[in-house]
Amino acid sequence: MEPKTKYDRQLRIWGEQGQAALEKASICLLNCGPTGSETLKNLVLGGVGSITIVDGSKVELGDLGNNFMVDESSLGQSKAKCVCSFLQELNDAVKAKFIEEYPQALIDTNTSFFSQFTVVVATQLVEESMVKLDRICRQANVMLIFARSYGLTGLVRISVKEHTVIESKPDHFLDDLRLNNPWPELRGFAEAIDLNVQDPVAHKHIPYVVILVKMADEWIKSHGGALPSTREEKREFKELLKARMIAMDEDNYKEAIDASFKVFALRGISSDLQRIINDSCAEVDSSSSNFWVMVAALKEFIANEGGGEVPLEGSIPDMTSSTEHYVNLQKIYQAKSEADFHVIEQRARDILKKIGRDPHSIPKATIKSFCKNARKLKVCRYHLIEDEYNNPSLAELQKYLTDEDYSIAVGFYILLRAVDCCAANFNSFPGQFDGGMDEDISRLKSTAVSLLNDLGCNGLTLTEDLINEMCRFGAAELHAVAAFIGGIASQEVIKLITKQFVPMSGTYIFNGIDHKSQLLTLY
Amino acid sequence: MADAAPPSKSRDLDKLLLRPGNLVGPTFDPGVQLRDDLQEYAKILVVGAGGLGCELLKDLALSGFKNLEVIDMDRIEVTNLNRQFLFRLEDVGKPKAEVAAKRVMERVSGVNIVPHFCRIEDKDIDFYSDFNIIALGLDSIEARSYINAVACSFLEYDSDNNPREETMKPMVDGGTEGFKGHARVIVPGVTPCFECTIWLFPPQVKFPLCTLAETPRNAAHCIEYAHLIKWDEVRSGKAFDPDNADHMKWVYDEAVKRAELFGIPGVTYSLTQGVVKNIIPAIASTNAIISAACALETLKIASAFSKTLSNYLTYNGVEGLHTKVTEFVKDKDCLVCGPGVLIELDTTVTLQEFIDMLEGHPKLLISKASITYHGKNLYMQAPPVLEEMTRSNLNLPLYDLMDKIPKDILHAIGTINKDNKKSSGLRKLRVDFKGIDGITDMDMAGGA
Ligand SMILES: [Zn+2]
Repeated sequence: MEPKTKYDRQLRIWGEQGQAALEKASICLLNCGPTGSETLKNLVLGGVGSITIVDGSKVELGDLGNNFMVDESSLGQSKAKCVCSFLQELNDAVKAKFIEEYPQALIDTNTSFFSQFTVVVATQLVEESMVKLDRICRQANVMLIFARSYGLTGLVRISVKEHTVIESKPDHFLDDLRLNNPWPELRGFAEAIDLNVQDPVAHKHIPYVVILVKMADEWIKSHGGALPSTREEKREFKELLKARMIAMDEDNYKEAIDASFKVFALRGISSDLQRIINDSCAEVDSSSSNFWVMVAALKEFIANEGGGEVPLEGSIPDMTSSTEHYVNLQKIYQAKSEADFHVIEQRARDILKKIGRDPHSIPKATIKSFCKNARKLKVCRYHLIEDEYNNPSLAELQKYLTDEDYSIAVGFYILLRAVDCCAANFNSFPGQFDGGMDEDISRLKSTAVSLLNDLGCNGLTLTEDLINEMCRFGAAELHAVAAFIGGIASQEVIKLITKQFVPMSGTYIFNGIDHKSQLLTLY
Repeated sequence: MADAAPPSKSRDLDKLLLRPGNLVGPTFDPGVQLRDDLQEYAKILVVGAGGLGCELLKDLALSGFKNLEVIDMDRIEVTNLNRQFLFRLEDVGKPKAEVAAKRVMERVSGVNIVPHFCRIEDKDIDFYSDFNIIALGLDSIEARSYINAVACSFLEYDSDNNPREETMKPMVDGGTEGFKGHARVIVPGVTPCFECTIWLFPPQVKFPLCTLAETPRNAAHCIEYAHLIKWDEVRSGKAFDPDNADHMKWVYDEAVKRAELFGIPGVTYSLTQGVVKNIIPAIASTNAIISAACALETLKIASAFSKTLSNYLTYNGVEGLHTKVTEFVKDKDCLVCGPGVLIELDTTVTLQEFIDMLEGHPKLLISKASITYHGKNLYMQAPPVLEEMTRSNLNLPLYDLMDKIPKDILHAIGTINKDNKKSSGLRKLRVDFKGIDGITDMDMAGGA
């Protein structure tokens, strides 16, 4: 069987390149309870290169009730070994191995261990270990993701110094058509088409791009160089379009009216892109990544040949048109895009030379993709977890605590930290064992209060209901919650590895009570 | 002093099921009894054994349920293996429901899963009434619509037109596409049903035939031309089968020819399959997220151990991570979850006349209807054996067939013609016989 067939449904999402990146990736999983096992299951099915499972525990009866990767025959055996052998069954293309050791021990004694991996997936770690591992992975430049399930709550967060994305593939993005700012070839093509053509068949097959370029031009000429900007002017522009229709069934004109907002769009680059080209990393040197070298080239292009615009994307959406007009229009957009690409490529090669790198060290295909996606570039940066824990933004914290939509999520965020304090001080999580519930509740409450005070949120408190619930959870790892958290974690890992789409930012707090989960940005 | 509980497979679930809680459902009654009842009495049907169904079966089997059934008409294909984790390469060609049930039972001891390898329409309505909750893992709108209508058909209203709680058949429904998905809870009579919010699933836009025939502009137009026009022209009489590799290759070759003729780039074999089969991209992680949310809500409906989702969760992982809960409202005029369409009849109307009338009814537009009355088949269009058995009823007055009850509920199953599209459907009808006064009504009730 061709391996491509098996991956057909995902190749349609991330393509051959994304798949190749996955097949090269090596993943390390810390702790293989249901949260870790489910995360890894989704990645093994997708065909990652290799997995290494680190867990020192033996399978107990309770594990059979929440982890699909172990069964009766696993009782008493190494959990890492059992989970590993089940995962291997799912996809023999994946190299699967296990290490029977507690992650804690590796974090404390063998920090160089982690540098061999593409991504470390750290599940069910307590705060102290999270902070230590975070420093280790940051130092070794290894991508790290934390995932934790705890009763009906849990968290997922990414920790990577910098993650840059060329193919962010947003769902909805304005087409790059330059209707109000056509380059000479597009203008020439539009001028050669007569909007007043007598033949009704020809009239209704003029593509809306041509209609809008011509109408925008007419408007600009009669309005002192300005585009329609007020609501009244926009309405008027649409009326003008409507007046050009010679029959009710002219879909091209209907499309032109619907697409008229593309004429009103401001020229130039977005504030997001402005921020990227202004980033200090765009001042490149020999240690700069390919991404930033290309940003530097882009910056030069915008200031020079681009006249304030990025390289043209080069594709047009489908629209009512004769085949001939459409194919020609497509060629005009492609030609301009190709020309822009050559300029950027030259500039990138010049920059590489200047910083002492091989001018051809960035492949042509990469530069091409960069140009096509220039408007959609993304830069994600993540702070160290200990910075957030030591110095969270007080203003944000207070805002969340007093916002009804966020109060449960931020409450869980505090309580997830508080249960770790309790575990450190009393050797068990609140409510982990039956009996002594009242004592555990009051301990958790006082721990949470003092944590809030330490963070500077004096006087603010969490509801009794939430504290009681957290004790009731007693560190239970429910399968459905673990599968949810594991699903989210694996999704983010895929985005990090393929460098496609945009990974989450902040801390995702799962709220399994009413599903009003939130992303919290606290630093 | 804290004690370690004796070892139990229910170690983690017990904390949530045995301990009292604060943010829980109104009927939550924690204790060993609750856990045992879930295991012993709760019966859940999983509809679909694909990407969502495999996950749902695993999640439910590890959420304290022991009586599960699964229904799916499909066989395993190679392209399922990147996400339908219960299937292996050597399973290709076997029925999904059977393999999925077997695999989960192998791994989770004590769980019983009954597979049904058939179409959802092949089961009679009574089959569905047997379950406490129905979990839907489907990728088709028509199938969702059908199960929704079945579940809503059990809903009865009291004399004040309030839904009767004991007749509510809750559903949880999930759906995914790429990095996006939704999970929802449907409690007929309380939340909107699938049909109340059908606008959430707009019909797929098809290319106009004139575009395909005269002004193709992109690769998909060339492919659909080969598939929808050229095939019939050249191979008329032979039905196109999307699962036949030779047929697919033929369409691809024709599409390439057409694309060359018009100078259109981009026709590939993979795109041809995608367009012709309307392939929805699918990955393991999204299915895992959505199914887990559905399983968790199923456990909440069955146990009330926490509040429930109210009532629609969306997940989008394309740009960052967005989850959102929306509380949709019921359509009070919904034909499916409402009290049923009222039909006033004379006592002399025969069953045949009644069936004919349904076809012309402006709200119903249901043709070739089979009619059931409290589970009893009054007339069945198929299979032939049943048709023959019930044919003689056609000439009898409906009033007599309904034991002279002046007001009652009937179910009609047939072909629904909506927006020029035909689909199987079920409608609940409130029949009211004219000229029967209240005294008779009371007499009948007393005599029943
Ligand atoms: Zn409804």
